Order: sequence, then C-alpha cells, then structure tokens
Amino acid sequence: MAEIRNYTLNFGPQHPAAHGVLRLVLEMDGEVIQRADPHVGLLHRGTEKLAEHKPYNHSIPYMDRLDYVSMMCNEHGYVGTIEKLLGVEVPERAQYIRVLFDEITRILNHLMWLGAHALDVGAMTVFLYAFREREDLMDCYEAVSGARLHAAYYRVGGVYRDLPDQMPRYEMSHLGSEKEVKYRNQARQGSLLDFIEDFTQRFPGYIDEYETLLTDNRIWKQRLVGIGVVTPERARQLGFTGPMIRGSGIAWDLRKKQPYAAYDKVDFDIPIGTNGDSYDRYLVRIEEMRQSNHIVKQCVDWLKNNPGPVMVGDYKVAPPPREKMKDDMEALIHHFKLFSEGYSIPESEAYFAVEAPKGEFGCYIIADGANKPYRLKIRAPGFAHMAAMDEMTKGHMLADVVAVIGTMDVVFGEIDR
Amino acid sequence: MSIEDRLDDLEEALEDQLEENYGECKWTRANGELTLVVPREQLLAVMQVLRSYHDLGFEQCIDVCGVDYAAYGHSEWNAEDAPNTGFSRGAEREAVTDFQVESRFAVVYHLLSLSHNVRLRVKTFLDADYPVVDSVTGIWNGANWFEREAFDMFGILFNGHPDLRRILTDYGFIGHPFRKDFPLVGQVEMRYDEDKGRVVYEPVTIEQRTLVPRVVRHDYRYEEGCKPVKEEEQADG
Repeated sequence: MAEIRNYTLNFGPQHPAAHGVLRLVLEMDGEVIQRADPHVGLLHRGTEKLAEHKPYNHSIPYMDRLDYVSMMCNEHGYVGTIEKLLGVEVPERAQYIRVLFDEITRILNHLMWLGAHALDVGAMTVFLYAFREREDLMDCYEAVSGARLHAAYYRVGGVYRDLPDQMPRYEMSHLGSEKEVKYRNQARQGSLLDFIEDFTQRFPGYIDEYETLLTDNRIWKQRLVGIGVVTPERARQLGFTGPMIRGSGIAWDLRKKQPYAAYDKVDFDIPIGTNGDSYDRYLVRIEEMRQSNHIVKQCVDWLKNNPGPVMVGDYKVAPPPREKMKDDMEALIHHFKLFSEGYSIPESEAYFAVEAPKGEFGCYIIADGANKPYRLKIRAPGFAHMAAMDEMTKGHMLADVVAVIGTMDVVFGEIDR
Repeated sequence: MSIEDRLDDLEEALEDQLEENYGECKWTRANGELTLVVPREQLLAVMQVLRSYHDLGFEQCIDVCGVDYAAYGHSEWNAEDAPNTGFSRGAEREAVTDFQVESRFAVVYHLLSLSHNVRLRVKTFLDADYPVVDSVTGIWNGANWFEREAFDMFGILFNGHPDLRRILTDYGFIGHPFRKDFPLVGQVEMRYDEDKGRVVYEPVTIEQRTLVPRVVRHDYRYEEGCKPVKEEEQADG
C-alpha cells in the first residue's frame, strides 16, 4: 500500500490574496488544511524602536504607516496616550473632528476590506464600487491635511487645523470635458462639511448596492457561511477585538464601553453576529458602515453650529499661531523649543486604546522624563487575529484560507509594525 | 458606574484575593490605571487567580510586551561644558553599563475584563542574566504570539511556551533588536553580490546619527500638585 503523507504548501508572500506580505506554510492532507503556520514580519520596520529615538511628535506620521488603511485611528491611539500622560484637555470641537474622521476612516477601512474580501472570494465588481466611494473620502482627508493617505492630522492637543471653508474642486485638464468637470464639482460647491453631508446622504444607497451584490448572493453565502467559526469563548481566549469579537456575539465596543473623544455624545448602535462565522462578520461590518454614516451625520450637524478652537492653548505642547510669533518673544521661544527639542513627559506610563476599524488599537508608553518615549508598545488588533489563523483554518479547504484571511481584515503594516 | 468606581472595586477584589497568599504583589494607581507588580515566581499563580476569580474576571489578555530598563532615565545631552568648549550639539552616546542587573527586563501584561469593563496592567521584573518567566499561554491562548514577539525582540524566555520561535525578524537573524544595547542602524546590511550571484550580509557601513538628543528634563508642570516649591519659601517656612 502506498504511503500517504501530508503535503506542505507555501502560500505567499507574493500572492494576490495574501493581503500584502503574508507567508503561510500550510500542511495539507489532500485539500484539507491540517496546520497553518503564518510567517509574519516581512514588513517589520521596527516602528517602536524608531519612536524611541525621536521626540514624541515626530512619531505621529509613523502611526499612519502602521495600519495604512485606517490612518487617523492609529494617530488617535498614539496622541491619545500622550494626552493621557500629559493630562491635556482637548477642545470640544477637536474632539468632534476626531470622531468625524475616525468614522470616515472606519468607512474607508471597511470599504477596502469589503472590496478586497469580495475580490478574494471571486466578485470583481464590489472592489470597483468600493473604490468609487473611497475616492470621495480620501478627498476629505486631502482637504484637511493635504495628504490622501498618510495624513498626520491629529496632533497632541487637538488637530492640525480647522476644517476648510471650501472644498477643493476639480480643474479642467486636457483629458476631461467641461461638462464632466462640472458634474464632478457638483457636490464641491460649499465647504468640506457640506461635501461630507452630501456624502452621508448618498452613502446608504451605495451600501444597498453592495448588499444587492453580496448579501443574498448564493456564491457569496456558499463561500462564507460556516467558514472560520469562532465561539464567544474562543474569541475571548484568543484576544479578539473589534468586528471579530462582535461577529461572535459579544457586544464589546470601546466607543460605547470606554468612551473617548466625543463618543459619549453621539448616538449609535453596536451590531453583533450570532454564529461567529465569516458571513456574520461580513454583516457586522456592513452594519458598522451604516452606523458610522449615522455618527458622521451627527458630527457634521454639531460642527456646523459650534465654531471654536481645535488646538489646545498650551504652547508647551502645541505650536503658537503664526501671527503671534511675529511680535511675541515667548511665542517664538515656544515654537523653537517645541520643534527642536520637543516636550518632556515626567516619569509615568499609560495605555490608551481606541476602537480602530479592525479592533482595539492601543499604545503603551513608558516615559522616563525625557523628550522621547522610553518604550512605545503598539498593540495592533490584527496581530492577535492573525495568531488565530491556525485555529480558524484547521479542517477547512485550501480555498477557504483565502476567505478566512479576508474575513480577518489583516493589514501587514500593523501586524509587522 | 464611572471608571474610578470600577477601579475602586477592582482594588477591593485584589485585596481580597491576593493579600493572603501573594502578599508580595504590590499595586499602584496612576493616570486612572492600576499597575500590579508580581514577583516572577508567583506570576502564573496570580494570573490564574486574575483569570478565574469571579470578581476579577480578566477574560482577555490584550497585550504582552517586553521592556528593557537598561538605559532608563539616561540623558544624551551634554551641554554642561558648553561654555568651555564652545557650543556643540554634542549628543553623547555611550554604552550604558550602570543598569540594575536584577531588574533589567520587565514583561508587561495588559489584561481586560469584559464583564467588569476594567483594565489591569501586570508587570514582572526579570534579571539580565536569566530572563526567564512562566508562559501564560495556558491561561490565555491569545498570548502565544505576543510572547513570541517579546522573545524575538528582547530575548526573554517563556517557560512552557508551546512554540517559542522568532516571529518578526528575518530568518537567521542574530541578536534581539529592541534591547537598548542593540544599535538603531542594526549590525548587518545586505546587498546582492554579482560575483557570488547571491545576497550577502556584511557589517553595517552607515553610522548612527542623532538629530535630536535625548534630554531628561525635570519638568513637573504637568503633574498635579507637583509644582516645585521655591527655595525662598522653603527657607521661610
């Protein structure tokens, strides 16, 4: 009788469904997974070590590059920790702006996840649809920070600047026609807030479009229902957070349970799943987009009616305004000190976490009185989820590995750090 | 129930559970967070209590990380003799050797209780010569990769870990990069050697620069009730 041996298969790191640079060593019995061993770290840049060699403020842009599809949420986690250490009170308007952009980021992230997940499973159209809406939201990023992805918009003490009064418009180029430019600029006649408000009115219709394509789609359900089931007990054990734990039926959301910024002042619901499979997590994330849209709407209303400062007035942590530096010696000194040496944080340590789109994103900073963090530990949600890869794929078929990677919503920028 | 109330309850529960058998465990409260310091021999037993006792109920291990305290409080800024030598941006980078051997490393666990909605930080100190601690993967399965990371980055060994391999660094990497005596630029660089027809590793040729020196300022402006008392007032009193 022939000897039957398990087959070892290398998946990635150069595989379109590996979401970046995942290398999976799969031990297979025929087409059934016996053991999955993810090899991560191919994108390791040593962010934490780099941050230890830079003044606190210089590391904010690094945070964008961790989970590079939910940029501002990462910044929020980092600046939030420093604010906790310093005891800085962020102005209310800045808090609402942060909530606004956290939710825009959540929509951005979930759109990316939805498109990529559907593409992995075999649906092409959703990806193109999702990117259509991402374009609008990245324009909002650009309008406030000048960058479409790596914004560095949140600063210790508030946000970099107030929302612009005018939404940037498309200009005529030799490629487009005048009619087209006019059409694209339709929603951009007013301020940024007007543009976002217009988007929130359009967006629920777009979600309906995605749902038409997927929710009752037979192939989609065949690929997701009952795949990668995680019981609530296991979800707790494995350190799951975010949609991964909510998909298993545990109503845990830091925005509700441990509110930060202005989340205690806005109204929203936490969707949860019942079966803990990939399909439930899909439904949870779809509903989260609707809830985010609802929060964005409330923030827009509030921000339209409540002008005010967006940065704390303490010049030890926030730069003084330009005009003030022209005739105020103190302001000039503060500016110079802040941008050369930075501020020192007295000996202390703190952990602060935000509900990032993928789960709990937290920063743990140990300060020893210097102008640089002594130790920065970034708690990335994807790291814990990726660690459960073996358990979630065991006994499934090879094709389901792709569905499980998709449902975990992994991004290697944050896993490898 | 506010966060402060929840922490009060937690402190009470800790007192009930730990006082009798684990008297050496000490906790402090700062910034609205509780930090519990546990001697490493008792870590596993204390963690078991924290996980299973109902009033504590830490169902989740959110994060495990290593810390190297070797250069703690060390300042690079050297402007003391600036008047004699002329101003120089002298950032002195010397190997730190005066660290405390018996508490060089620490492992920090961040626990979360979903039922009580409260967090706890558990810290255990390890010595430089024998940085070994019991693994908590048996209590929280999710700690597996976090402990592998701490091993990879700091060389901390976890006793009883099922699969203690490197995780983030390259295959065949030497050293533990997050230790304070490991240079930021690393020790080797790699390039493609055309003669040999493969990638070769060589000692680094670049030099580490310091753009902004590390400065320790005794700046207590931000601490509540910690404004330094003026010397004159002290003399009067």
